[in-house]
Amino acid sequence: MDGFPILSVMLAVLAIAAAACFFVKAEAARMIALVATLIDLALGILLWVNYDIGGAQWQFQEEANLFAGFKYALGIDGIALMLIVLSVFLMPICILASWDSIQKRVGEYMAAFLLMELLMIGVFAAQDLFLFYIFFEAGLIPMYLIIGIWGGDNRIYASYKFFLYTLLGSVLMLIAMLWMVNEAGTTYIPTLMNYDFAPEAQTWLWLAFFASFAVKMPMWPVHTWLPDAHVQAPTAGSVILAGVLLKMGGYGFIRFSLPMFPEASAQFVWLILGLSMIAVVVTSLIALVQHDMKKLIAYSSVAHMAIVTAGLFAFNVQGLEGAMIMMLSHGLVSGALFLCVGVIYDRLHTREIDRYGGLSINMPKYALFFLLFTMASIGLPGTSGFVAEFLSLAGVYKISSLATFVLTTGIILGAGYMLYLYRRVAFGEQKNADAAAMKDLSVREWIMLGPIAAAVLWMGIYPESFLAPMRADIAALDARIARAAPIGDAKLEVGEPKAGAANTIDAKEHDGEGAH
Amino acid sequence: MLNTTILIIVFLPLLAAIIGGLGNRALGNTVVKSLTTGALFVSCALSWPIFLGFISGTATAEVVPVLQWVQSGNLSFDWALRVDTLTAVMLVVITTVSALVHLYSWGYMDEDPDQPRFFAYLSLFTFAMLMLVTADNLVQMFFGWEGVGLASYLLIGFWFKKPSANAAAIKAFVVNRVGDLGFMLGIFGTFLVFGTTSIPEILEAAPAMSGATIGFMGYRMHTMDILCILLFIGAMGKSAQLGLHTWLPDAMEGPTPVSALIHAATMVTAGVFMVCRLSPMFETAPIALGMVTFIGAATCIFAATIGTTQWDIKRVIAYSTCSQLGYMFFAAGVGAYGVAMFHLFTHAFFKALLFLGAGSVIHAMHHEQDMRYYGGLRKKIPLTFWAMMFGTLAITGVGIYHLGAGFAGFWSKDAILEVAFARGTELGTFAFWMGVFAALLTSFYSWRLMFLTFWGKPRWIESEHIQHSVHKTPEEAGEDTTGGYHPHESPLSMLIPLGVLSLGAIFAGQVFAPSFLDGAAFWADSVFFNEPLIHAMHAVPYPVKYAALIVMVLGFVGAWLAYIKDTSIPGKFVQQFKYIHQFVFNKWYFDELYNFLFVRPAFWLGRKFWIIGDQGIIDRFGPNGAAWVVEKGSLAAKKVQSGYLNSYALIMLLGLVAAITWVLM
Repeated sequence: MDGFPILSVMLAVLAIAAAACFFVKAEAARMIALVATLIDLALGILLWVNYDIGGAQWQFQEEANLFAGFKYALGIDGIALMLIVLSVFLMPICILASWDSIQKRVGEYMAAFLLMELLMIGVFAAQDLFLFYIFFEAGLIPMYLIIGIWGGDNRIYASYKFFLYTLLGSVLMLIAMLWMVNEAGTTYIPTLMNYDFAPEAQTWLWLAFFASFAVKMPMWPVHTWLPDAHVQAPTAGSVILAGVLLKMGGYGFIRFSLPMFPEASAQFVWLILGLSMIAVVVTSLIALVQHDMKKLIAYSSVAHMAIVTAGLFAFNVQGLEGAMIMMLSHGLVSGALFLCVGVIYDRLHTREIDRYGGLSINMPKYALFFLLFTMASIGLPGTSGFVAEFLSLAGVYKISSLATFVLTTGIILGAGYMLYLYRRVAFGEQKNADAAAMKDLSVREWIMLGPIAAAVLWMGIYPESFLAPMRADIAALDARIARAAPIGDAKLEVGEPKAGAANTIDAKEHDGEGAH
Repeated sequence: MLNTTILIIVFLPLLAAIIGGLGNRALGNTVVKSLTTGALFVSCALSWPIFLGFISGTATAEVVPVLQWVQSGNLSFDWALRVDTLTAVMLVVITTVSALVHLYSWGYMDEDPDQPRFFAYLSLFTFAMLMLVTADNLVQMFFGWEGVGLASYLLIGFWFKKPSANAAAIKAFVVNRVGDLGFMLGIFGTFLVFGTTSIPEILEAAPAMSGATIGFMGYRMHTMDILCILLFIGAMGKSAQLGLHTWLPDAMEGPTPVSALIHAATMVTAGVFMVCRLSPMFETAPIALGMVTFIGAATCIFAATIGTTQWDIKRVIAYSTCSQLGYMFFAAGVGAYGVAMFHLFTHAFFKALLFLGAGSVIHAMHHEQDMRYYGGLRKKIPLTFWAMMFGTLAITGVGIYHLGAGFAGFWSKDAILEVAFARGTELGTFAFWMGVFAALLTSFYSWRLMFLTFWGKPRWIESEHIQHSVHKTPEEAGEDTTGGYHPHESPLSMLIPLGVLSLGAIFAGQVFAPSFLDGAAFWADSVFFNEPLIHAMHAVPYPVKYAALIVMVLGFVGAWLAYIKDTSIPGKFVQQFKYIHQFVFNKWYFDELYNFLFVRPAFWLGRKFWIIGDQGIIDRFGPNGAAWVVEKGSLAAKKVQSGYLNSYALIMLLGLVAAITWVLM
């Protein structure tokens, strides 16, 4: 693989295909988009296979000086690798999901999606601070267009809200970046990750980055753009929003906030844990009372992302790895759940839960997939959701049993709202004639859901494939932030062991009583 | 050799479940049923030699690695199958009852349109249960724990068109999750303290931690006590102990074979299994053990009281199960883990028998479950009657100490009462008295069930199910209270399991008592074996040894008086003690209380957080507020740009004045 600029090729394929989409008819645009995303999937797998576990921290590096010290520098570590693989995996599925449901301006739509994929890969691969910023912020634009043009009835409000929120933090982050470059004298991210900023400066820098990442995450209370955006976005838009865009906040924390500002991160641990705890409880309860399927899943995303933030700020390997697995798992599972909504939305054109019911009678295959993803969402062991939840919370427990307790209530509430949803959609009588007449999954839908189901089980049963590439990077990060790690509340004191077991009884005392 | 055997035992049911479940209608009823049932009989046939090997002392404990699972920093755990005495006991219980229940379902579910799904679920359940009992680390145990929870959820809600079945399924899952919250925190805490989730390693390191303290949610506690209490909360959920028991009676919404397999013989005993598996750890935690004893004793009596008042035949048996699980827990709590496991073992046979017998009655009575509409069935379905009879003799603990003979329940229940008494602590004595009183009630409700069902005059025509069947109303039927209905004995596929389980209910105690109760060598350190306590158990005074028999007779006489001799007694009793009866009949109002405390507030809070929190505050002052400011601001700016020359001149003048003033100052 030496010398072959695989990352640039991935970007170039998408750029060319996006441009081509503008000039062709709908049918051709779909094909171009599918082929381009499949090529990128193949390249992504190549990337994964050729990634040298235990090798250099940064691999597949490319660099070109552009102008005024602005560098085009790409390169990935294990963390970025996994997120890129997630993106290229979901993209062809998104194209397939839009195959029939998008009928107007197909060329532009496909171009927007390809552009989005380009920007997402760019975010994870960028090694230059400003290059990252450009990819990071530009990602807003295609999503804004996808919601605003191909969205539902209230799409303008949703896209405006989405843009306003996510732009809010960006300005502050840019200012912080300018200051950092001035201070450290470099825009190279790997160098910055090991640069020790003065603790007082860290506080402000951390807050500026936090403003941006918290919105992207989204953390409570800056989460209200998400339900609206999801509800209005077309199915594929929701998939990519939940699957990849929400991961950018988490990626930001793990790439910038933690390694660059360890002291400030430790200082704000309770801000993060507090907001995460509130998010889990509050958004789970809100999910319980939703009538709109997409809104319900959107709120559940906020609760799941709260486990990510808590895990990241647990300052230990389990928390960090758990948070990463949670990002990957949630990307798959919530993406799949939105696809499941899309499947029946395409047939009945409503997201109202009560309009369905008894689907396991006329759509048994669909019901099985939906059940699997429901179970993965509530963290049933054997699915990816469990590994994610278990590792993150095991990590958080090391710093606070109270926070873990509150966060773990999510497993009860999550079971509540997801099973309640499943009951109303798949179980019960077939009370609506039109819902009862819906056909089971088509071949296209099988191809969309099948691979995700396989990945969810794979990650649940043998997560080593996903943990191994990230292990060294997370260990390095753990070592980097260890100096600031907060002390846990356990404070175990071993003390003097007691003699004998609790139910020890004196044998002699009973001699002679009764008969043997 | 053992390697392949255990792999087959565990994974064959999974394979059958996957093929049967996905194949479903494509394969057809018979293929799927044969496949799953066949797989279970193979597993069962392979399990017994392992168990007998441990009985005879030729087998040794082994761990068979399967696959790496998670490795994260110093936290690592793998898929592996552990086989030791404790596992072997569970293996035979699970595979035997499961195989018989599979077979039984051929007859019971014969008319159901969805049979492949049912059999696939049953096999899936069996796989998860086997993963639970072969776990070598806490996380795999949790995998099995949740896996059986999923299967239980699917099977309770098997008839998913019924709203009550759906509600019961969700309730079972969510209430279990409350317990799982404790279990998970327990695992996290254990990992924090011991740096591992491997069960042998934890058990080895536990005694050294017996004096340790730890911070937990702002309090300082004894490390081992808090860990064991958290884990026990998990056990309380799965084993339906007082407080987290509410799901079990509702779980009777599932088909009866499911109740026999999951909600009597196997899954609900997982909590007892967990406490026994971790017994050396619990022995370092006196407060936790006290809690186990207390909760066990309280559940045992509490559930038994409710059992005496219910009319639904399955609910009576469900509360009975809850109560019997209480016995197992307090046996474990006083340190007699072998005894607890023995009761688990015998209970699996006679309780599965009772449930399957009840299923046979229900089958005969056209799906009627209310005992008020039974009566006089002894002659009509004699084989079912005898099976139920053996089950009842076993659960009520019929046997005579001096003859050294008795039904299965006699051996295990008497041992529990004796050991609780022998323990000599206040809690032990409390548990003993609760256990004796519960034994009285057990005898009463069990014989009540028998008398109402099999004796007396037929009351069948009162039943709506029977009315549908014979197309008559009670008025039309007149004197003939049978309504002309002919209960039919069940097919052979249902009778064979009843026969096999009857053998278990009769002999399981007699045959295996020496190994389970006294066999330190049999247990071989797979549970904590308290030799002096077992000696003390055998040495209790005669009144203690005969206590169970005496109350059994009292319960029998009471039931005979009330339901055979003078059937007006129950009515008068209810009249006399109206409020107490109301309270007990309504299950101590636990459901109402939880509804009021948790369910309704959760929905109410959800709505408030959504409408007031998200929309009313965050959106209003956030994005909508920003939009409002921009809109109003632009309106103000618009007004200023009026186009009138004089107003522009005025603004210019004001500006000029302000500028000059500023410069001058």
